[in-house]
Order: sequence, then C-alpha cells, then structure tokens
Amino acid sequence: MIKIFYAIVLILSLVSLIVNKNKTEQAYKIAIQKLLNILPSLLLMVILVSVVLYFTPDKTIVNLLGKNNQFLGVVLGLFFGSITLMPGFIAFPLAGILLEKGVLYMVLSAFTSSLMLVGILTYPIEKDYFGAKVTIMRNSISLVITAIIALATGLAFGELF
Amino acid sequence: MKTKRLIISMIFVVLFSIFVYISHQINFVPGQEISKNALDFLSNIIKVFPGVFILIGLFEVWIKASTIEKHFGKESGIKGYIMAIILASTTIGGLFVSFPVAYSLYHKGAKLSAIFTYISASAVCRVPMTIFEISFIGVKFTLVRFFVSLPLIVISSKLLGDHLEKHNYTLAPGK
Repeated sequence: MIKIFYAIVLILSLVSLIVNKNKTEQAYKIAIQKLLNILPSLLLMVILVSVVLYFTPDKTIVNLLGKNNQFLGVVLGLFFGSITLMPGFIAFPLAGILLEKGVLYMVLSAFTSSLMLVGILTYPIEKDYFGAKVTIMRNSISLVITAIIALATGLAFGELF
Repeated sequence: MKTKRLIISMIFVVLFSIFVYISHQINFVPGQEISKNALDFLSNIIKVFPGVFILIGLFEVWIKASTIEKHFGKESGIKGYIMAIILASTTIGGLFVSFPVAYSLYHKGAKLSAIFTYISASAVCRVPMTIFEISFIGVKFTLVRFFVSLPLIVISSKLLGDHLEKHNYTLAPGK
C-alpha cells in the first residue's frame, strides 16, 4: 500500500519537475515548511499516544468489551475508541478477535467507528489547523454520529430487540 | 502565542526523552514499553507524512483556486459534498493526515462544510481501510456503517459549516 502511494508521489513529482522546475522546487519548499510547522504538535501527539496505549493494552480492551451487557459494551466501545488511536491494520484484526469471542456487532461498531472518527489524541494537531472550538465541536458531533451508527448496527444485526 | 506553544511542546519532548532514557538505564519496564509505543507510532507517521506533505505542496502549486472553488466552494451545492467524499475515499493514514489536506483545500476556496465532510468521510470510507474492514468483520457491517454515517456526516458538516460561516469564522492562515 505504502509503496503504491510513494510510486504515485514520485511519478507526480517527476511530471511536475519536467513541466516546471521552479514550481516543483516551490512545492517541496511548501511541503518542508508545512511539515516543520506541524512538527511540535505531531511530537506531542506521539507522546500522548504512547502513554495512552500503555494504559489501554489490547488485552484490557478485549476483556472489557467482551464481558459486559450490550449497552455498557457500546459505551465502553465508544470510550476506548475515542481515547485511543491505532491504524486500521491493527484495529480490524483486533475487531476480528473480538468477533470470534462473541462480542456484539454493535459494540465492535462503537469501537471501530469512534476509533476512526473521534480523535482525542489528535487534539493537538486538529487544534493547530482548526482552532480549539471547532475541534471540540467536530469531535462531539462525531461521537454522537458514532453512537447512532452503533445503534443502527445493533438493529441491522438483530442485537437490540 | 505560536512560540509559546512551540516551547510547551519542546518541554514535553525533552521531559519525555529524559523519562525514556532513565527508564532504559534503570530497567523501568512501563517506561520501556511506552518508548516502544512511541517509536512504533512515530515510524508509522514517518512513513506517511513526507509523501502526504509533498502531495500537498504539489497541490498548492499546481491546482488553481478557481478549480477548487468550482468543485468544493460555496456555489458547489451537493456536488461539493460528493466530491469531498470521493476525495476522502482515496485518503490514506488517519484523521491526522486529513487535517492538513482539508486545511489546504480550505485555503484554495473549499467551503467549510465540504472540508468537514472530507475529514469525517476520510475516517469512515477510505478504500484501503474498507477492504480490510470487510475481510475481518464482514460486508454487511461495512454497508450499515456507510449508509448510516455518510448522510449524517454530510448533514452535520453542513450545519456546522453554515453555522461557522454565519459567524464569519475563518481558519488562521500560515499552517
């Protein structure tokens, strides 16, 4: 995946270079400048993520999501999904394990959707670009949407009634 | 303001580095695990971010503001949201990749509601992630998620964007 991505980046850069050398130089300068601008918040996010992940290991998540009734499960799913951050290639295999352990689809939905949509750990970066107010509003709305998705999933899989 | 934030971040980074160093010296296991988490996550970011920012740089240099205004701007109507979702489906990484992309789109003339749609849609319908999700949890699960989340995302983004634009909210330049 990442190889295809960088192949695209390389091809576009080369095309840009052939068409206009100055513009390409400028594009790379913009890229470096933007990367440097966000670097402090990025490092802050890395520190936050490393500490939070230590306190919420996969085992804890599997145990807590698997052992509770449906509504508490959804609430815990929303909670862990919101406070943690993990790439899809870790999150979905984990969700697969949870499914095998008999965790409800609606709990998985609460967990994976809030993992992707709600970002408490990405707060430093989001705030840098959009300001604190908008960041808090967007994440609050996302949390509500995630809860609705979880309930709809529960309905679709017959887990609610 | 900006330098103050920079200094705070740097203090955290220095304190964290000292914590990691001491943890390794005295074999403090939680500290070692935390530093391993940090390295894992950092290496994930280092893989993705340079490419993302090069694309953003090329985007800023080559794409005309009028093009973005036409497809994502205030006059784009429903098409703006559809374009935002299509663009979102091609995004890689996570939320933290879509923030800088959305920010650049905005400064090229995209409306606020379109960039909020883009950010949230990139969280739920990135193509590579979706393929992964289907293979581990199943296609019905993913379809429910799509059909429920996308309308809600568009509606809430429109409400939030319109509300902010009514209050003359603008994003600070220079990030």
